[in-house]
Amino acid sequence: MQWLNVILQGVLIGGLYAMFAAGLSLIFGVMRLVNIAHGDLIVLAAYVSLMATQAFGVDPLTSLLLVVPVMALIGYALQRGLLNYTLGDDLLPPLLVTFGLSIIIQNGLLEAFTADSRKLQAGAIEVQTFQLAQNLWIGALPLIQFIVAVAVIAALQLLFYRTALGRALRATSDDQAVAQLMGLDTRHVFAVAMALSLAVIAVAGVFLAVRANFDPAIGPARLIFAFEAVIIGGLGSMWGTLAGGIILGVSQAIGAQIDPGWQLLAGHIVFLAILAVRPQGLFPKVSG
Amino acid sequence: MTVEHATRSSRVGIAIIAIAAVILTLAPYWGDRQTLRLLAEMFTFVALASLWNLLAGYAGLVSVGQQAFVGLGGYVLFALAILFDVNPILAILIAGPIGALIAVPVAILIFRLRGAYFAIGTWVVAEVFRLLASQISVLGGGSGISLPASVVLTMAPSRQMREFEMYWLALLLTVAILAAIFALLRSRHGLALTAIRDNELAAQSNGIGVWNIKFAVYVLTAFGTSMVGAFIFLQKLRISPDTAFSVNDWTAFVIFITVIGGIGRIEGPIIGTIIFFALRQTFAGLGSFYLLMMGAVAIIAMLWAPKGLWGLIVERLGWQVLPLQRHLVLGKDTRGKS
Repeated sequence: MQWLNVILQGVLIGGLYAMFAAGLSLIFGVMRLVNIAHGDLIVLAAYVSLMATQAFGVDPLTSLLLVVPVMALIGYALQRGLLNYTLGDDLLPPLLVTFGLSIIIQNGLLEAFTADSRKLQAGAIEVQTFQLAQNLWIGALPLIQFIVAVAVIAALQLLFYRTALGRALRATSDDQAVAQLMGLDTRHVFAVAMALSLAVIAVAGVFLAVRANFDPAIGPARLIFAFEAVIIGGLGSMWGTLAGGIILGVSQAIGAQIDPGWQLLAGHIVFLAILAVRPQGLFPKVSG
Repeated sequence: MTVEHATRSSRVGIAIIAIAAVILTLAPYWGDRQTLRLLAEMFTFVALASLWNLLAGYAGLVSVGQQAFVGLGGYVLFALAILFDVNPILAILIAGPIGALIAVPVAILIFRLRGAYFAIGTWVVAEVFRLLASQISVLGGGSGISLPASVVLTMAPSRQMREFEMYWLALLLTVAILAAIFALLRSRHGLALTAIRDNELAAQSNGIGVWNIKFAVYVLTAFGTSMVGAFIFLQKLRISPDTAFSVNDWTAFVIFITVIGGIGRIEGPIIGTIIFFALRQTFAGLGSFYLLMMGAVAIIAMLWAPKGLWGLIVERLGWQVLPLQRHLVLGKDTRGKS
């Protein structure tokens, strides 16, 4: 029962990782951009939520109503104002510019909020639990977080395959030049993709901040989790990122159960093992 | 038909380098302890940035995980010195091959990732190294360990002699690494590397074994980086997982230096190091705001001067004007085109 519990908690945290990963996967899919500042943007969202809860006295989950549009707006502006200029055949500019951005966000947050550890208080819901079986309890908040993660990924999937915007995103992903010839403004499409990515990040950031302590320096580790979930799940597959997130979450939970020092290590090792035996990931997108 | 490497400017450049080498070698006779330490630190950054430049600028392997090998080298030195009583200078020499050896399986694994995903993959490897290092309790685990005084005393009995020794060691190590990179770029393989830098697909279709060359460059870079890492932590006298595998110190700064100076050119890291240290000496008091500014400078440089300062000089002024720049370290490259 103890192990079942460990695995269950791992699955639930996997939902959070899947949200980290979905945002990263989305922009890579559309514009082949890997955003090194991804983790720091997650932390930025947590701080935006912190400010919202302090300014308006709302609880963190309600603050999403503000955090999501704010982050989406930042994403759109960031892409239009900066990242679009880095895209091209050369890999280096987007990589280094987002690396610089990561340093700017980290140190900007450090200047504004100090290095103190913060946490968002969600109130009574934080301690509510359901009993599934004897000795097997499940927290309300982790459950909500997991359901939201599944919903976010389902929504992204629907958006991609059932809407005009999704068609535009996929067309741009497949062939930028032809998409442009068909009358799509790719600069706008890219910016929308980044806005979507940061909207997903916003949700993930708020749940992260409710779940655990955060400070300006924890971004890079979130980027690494996101990246590992993407590679484990298989590039380009939305549901794959969910599977990847869950596998990562469960590996970390099992590692932590064996020895607290092995929590992160277990996740990395499972990632490297999957890279060794199945480099295309578990559920790679079918070509086309 | 002959192939000329040297140009008029490069001959002047070599003369300048020779003079600079003499002046720097004699630094213990004209500089105080502060100056020697600063110069030694600059040399290590020139070495790290030159190695990263070889990796990212020539072989197209953009790694953000070179701290893996800096830290590995440091830990190899501490392990050898503390556990096996190995002379620290010998330990630096051993750190190189060990780094290269470990780079082999790492490369085989992460070469499965392409482009930017490769970059983050290298970072994961560095994280794994950091977490493993914090599990080694004989080397202090997560909190780190200091080098015992007895080990330091084996280098030289007097403090001043040790300072001189460390300085010359830094100079020697950096010159050796620069010379090795220079020799590599001058060789047949260097031509292949330059071809890969300019167009990987075209290079491959001309019969260059792209994978093999990248693999070799990755392993060689790990060799050099581990040695520099061992030296850095011999100078620091203390190591901990967080300092040894710091992404800021050993990768962010190194990338900044290379990008500002000029990526894909052998002179770039040298110019970049001078700029980086000038900025640091001037603005380091500003704390995190200084780092913030550095991030912004790197972004601006990448957007408006993607070839760095050296690239601008080459483009605007051409090679013939090179000697007029009066940078003591310019003109390392004698092929005309890097």
